[in-house]
Amino acid sequence: MDFTAKYRAIFRIRFLNGLQYRLAALAGLSTQFFWGFMEILLFRAFYRADAAAFPMEFPALVSYIWLQQAFLTLYQSWYFENEIFDAITGGNVAYELCRPMNLYAFWFTRGMANRLSKAALRCLPVLLVAFLLPEPYGMTLPVSLPVFLLFLATMGMALLLAVSMTMLIYGLTFYTMSPLGLRTIFSSAAEFCSGALVPLPFLPEKMQEVLELLPFASVQNLPFRIYSGDIAGMEIVRGVALQIFWTASLTMLGMWIFRNALKRAVVQGG
Amino acid sequence: MKLYAKYFSIHLRSAMQYPASFWMTFFGQFLTAFSAFLSIYFLFDRFHAVEGFSYQEVLLCFSSVMLSFSFSECFFRGFDRFPSLIGNGQFDRILSRPRSAVFQVLCAQMDFSRLGKFLQAAVVFCYAVPASGVEWTLPRVLTLCGMLLGGVAIFSGLFLFYAGATFFTIEGLEVLNIFIYGGREFGSYPAVIYGRAILKFWTFVIPMAMIQYYPLLFLLGRTDSLLNAVSPLAALLFLVPAYLFWRFGLRHYRSTGS
Repeated sequence: MDFTAKYRAIFRIRFLNGLQYRLAALAGLSTQFFWGFMEILLFRAFYRADAAAFPMEFPALVSYIWLQQAFLTLYQSWYFENEIFDAITGGNVAYELCRPMNLYAFWFTRGMANRLSKAALRCLPVLLVAFLLPEPYGMTLPVSLPVFLLFLATMGMALLLAVSMTMLIYGLTFYTMSPLGLRTIFSSAAEFCSGALVPLPFLPEKMQEVLELLPFASVQNLPFRIYSGDIAGMEIVRGVALQIFWTASLTMLGMWIFRNALKRAVVQGG
Repeated sequence: MKLYAKYFSIHLRSAMQYPASFWMTFFGQFLTAFSAFLSIYFLFDRFHAVEGFSYQEVLLCFSSVMLSFSFSECFFRGFDRFPSLIGNGQFDRILSRPRSAVFQVLCAQMDFSRLGKFLQAAVVFCYAVPASGVEWTLPRVLTLCGMLLGGVAIFSGLFLFYAGATFFTIEGLEVLNIFIYGGREFGSYPAVIYGRAILKFWTFVIPMAMIQYYPLLFLLGRTDSLLNAVSPLAALLFLVPAYLFWRFGLRHYRSTGS
């Protein structure tokens, strides 16, 4: 049997499972429209206040906001599976370990499938409406075909990176045994540093330079800004290199944490 | 009241059973509010003013909304978590006791870690009150108190609506989260900056503007209209339909049976 077959099966199950929540997706959709609109209106007010100080082209910002809303569930930093936390703290992880699978790969696949299925339900309606909206509220087409392909590639890699970050938190939970604090601190820090609250170009230059080196900037910041041409030329090369570097090293770090944690894990009976 | 104090101390003690976890969550909540503050700080670092409102003036708006929000989130937590109360049948127990259901749901849960947000907002508030350039007079202080009270009324009213809807849907009605969290998020800025249509919405549908934009104009001396000064009172009225809706839902309640 092909080695990846079981992971593909898990992916399929989780993906289909996620698709069951259609009503929740509908509610989510209305939130996303509302949020996107309000954000655009907010930035429009700032644009009117001082257009010269605006660090992005306005259409680029609008595309950024709509992409953010469309793919919110793909990259959100506060998305964790309570089932996994419960398995770790409650000891059910013992069952998971009985499976002939690598736990890290298992949960990684699961996380990816969950995020993708949520996004699959939501992204098309949001994008469709965003494209139909009149200027200046509507989304623009990508600058060119190669840019679009790069956008797709970095989107995929960003998903891997986002999941590998949540895996780190799961891994650390083996040690702390109480996920809540770690989780809120990570989420709010990641949210700010990834440009989920305010796109990174709006921050002061010094700060931006530092943040762009961190892994958080390689998640949504990179693909969304490539899409509208806000990151172009050599900057793309640098961004992609950083993204690959962070994805590889965080995944390896996560695997290492998992291996160590499981070596010394003691599951009490019950 | 005595009973409430009793519940209060129980919840406080139970939260303090895991001090490390509590303070971590508290700190996380603080950070959440802090990053919202940072966004405003950096945007104003770049743009200096928006629709004629300065950084300090917006901070007054942000902090008062956040204070009301975090207060409601802490003490009205029972309504926020109401779907679980219905889902596991706990609510049937509540109905069998000789106290009002609202009171008991209020007592069922309190989440003190939310005060992390409150603390952050309080710090910003203490900075913004003198820095906003408002010449504080007695009527203005009263209006400011009204803003805070009215804010609590709106957010707790929204939680009440949310809980009331649960009687029909069993699951929480997520659409209402738009207004609860949207109100907090976008209420940081005076409602007028989003344009006339949105201002009307925040005035007549969900009276957010009544606790920030209109009274803010009065505080800043941009209008002497008495209407602006007492506008937070209108926000208090928001509790009336919220309570009626809850009552309406309660009458239609059918236990989930588990």
